[in-house]
Amino acid sequence: MADTTTRAKLRWGLIDVIVVVFALVPVLWIASLSFKTPATLTDGKFWPREWTLDNYKTIFDTDQFVRALVNSIGIALIATLIAVVLSAMAAYAISRLDFPGKRLLVGVSLLIAMFPQVSLVSPLFEIERQLGLFDTWPGLILPYITFALPLAIYTLSAFFKQIPWDLEKAAKMDGATQGQAFRRVIAPLAAPGLFTTAILVFIFCWNDFLFAITLTSTERARTVPVALSFFTGESQFEDPTGAICAAAVVITIPIIAFVLFFQRRIVSGLTSGAVKG
Amino acid sequence: MSRRAPLSENKKAERKLGWLLCAPAALVMVLVTAYPIIYSVWLSLQRFDLRFPDQREFIGLENYVTVLTNEFWWTAFGVTMLITVVTVAVELVLGMGLALVMHRTLVGRGIVRTAALIPYGIVTVVAAFSWRYAWTPGTGYLANLFDGSAPLTERASSLAIIMLAEIWKTTPFMALLLMAGLALVPEDLLKAASTDGATAWQRFTKVMLPVMKPAILVALLFRTLDAFRVFDNIFVLTNGGNETSSVSMLAYNNLIRGLNLGIGSTMSVLIFITVAIIAFVFVKLFGTAAPGSDDGERR
Repeated sequence: MADTTTRAKLRWGLIDVIVVVFALVPVLWIASLSFKTPATLTDGKFWPREWTLDNYKTIFDTDQFVRALVNSIGIALIATLIAVVLSAMAAYAISRLDFPGKRLLVGVSLLIAMFPQVSLVSPLFEIERQLGLFDTWPGLILPYITFALPLAIYTLSAFFKQIPWDLEKAAKMDGATQGQAFRRVIAPLAAPGLFTTAILVFIFCWNDFLFAITLTSTERARTVPVALSFFTGESQFEDPTGAICAAAVVITIPIIAFVLFFQRRIVSGLTSGAVKG
Repeated sequence: MSRRAPLSENKKAERKLGWLLCAPAALVMVLVTAYPIIYSVWLSLQRFDLRFPDQREFIGLENYVTVLTNEFWWTAFGVTMLITVVTVAVELVLGMGLALVMHRTLVGRGIVRTAALIPYGIVTVVAAFSWRYAWTPGTGYLANLFDGSAPLTERASSLAIIMLAEIWKTTPFMALLLMAGLALVPEDLLKAASTDGATAWQRFTKVMLPVMKPAILVALLFRTLDAFRVFDNIFVLTNGGNETSSVSMLAYNNLIRGLNLGIGSTMSVLIFITVAIIAFVFVKLFGTAAPGSDDGERR
């Protein structure tokens, strides 16, 4: 018996290793490239033979990257904040209140979740040009909020349904209004769910490439994924590989941090929003 | 039931609050999607090239004829379909495996889950660059395995690499959705089947799969629609060269490089219709499996 469990553990351990290697190799590879010197960059070895931080110095010396990084952080944070506030309000209503039109809202967010984003590229391009939103932060924040909302509403509704709502009833019996009950009692209980949702929304905004490349044209609002793709086209005489890899590693750091510290939350957030019923 | 009399007042307040709380989210979602898609239909009926704004005029369905008789469009459509079907099929199998590993492994569950979340979270463009350099002759560890040829300069191998990059990136998402379904499988049922002499495969097909069916359908629907939008990986890996453009790449090229809003919008509308058809077929085939569709019945 003990023998079989040891063997089962060994087998699972082996499978685990395969999964981990498969998941990590592309990330390690780009990190490895970012530490290679120009001379060894094209040696085709997986690990660097000579280590250097020059690529990182280069990108932080260029305005192009630093501006894009500021844009990425600013746009993603603002979009996340607004999306979480709006979705928290809607999710509370969906999970707690009884009102006509609720199913319609759930249906609409489902449709938006399935909406092909590329279909919006042409009209948004023209609308934003007319409104003066083209190549600005709000011009990107708006579509990001829109497409983050369905995910955020589902995740939060799922979280909200698990909250012990009797506390709300108790607060109302003590004379609190529905609004007060929401702010004083429920909001603190909902904080973990809000936080998880915020992480998921941030990852979504941080990741976007399609809107960022079509709705921006200069460094004013260009985010890092787009700036990365432009590193390539411009310098034909200097190999931009090292710089691209360094920049890629920099924008991967927040993702790795989220995943390392909040793995449980992210998994529960994604799975709870997915299957309800 | 006990508080029927004072409820009508409360009920009204509750309705009002409900609408009030939902209004901002609903408004944003509708304004940023419904209005542009309608506007896009309007634009698609015009000759509208930003390089020649004077020639702007209403031309009916001429743009649709232009696009639908264009071989580039159909090539891109075929490429998109191929990528969608192959990646979703492979991901369903791999994702199921990964979901089982994440759910049932006896050791290192946290580590496996953390590792699996990395492809999910990483910026697609970053991952795409990693694959591109991996397959670049001279630079890449993978290219050198294959006698230093340049796979990203040939159509078939380029498409294979695009699909590999897509599968690597989105299998964890598929697995997470499937894992949500796995969690619904009653442990007792598996034990009972096991004591009755069911093999692992029988337990999987006869016990797990039926319970997981709704989760599988949701995962398939979302991944199919997501795969159909493939853009980032192609942009970085081949930039659409060697006939590897997806419909999204083509729409982008017509808009940003060609500055042709009329044609770009026509493609937008066609993609929208295609996605709507896919979604409709899924929902028709599988009924109420979609998330949220049960919400009204709960209370």
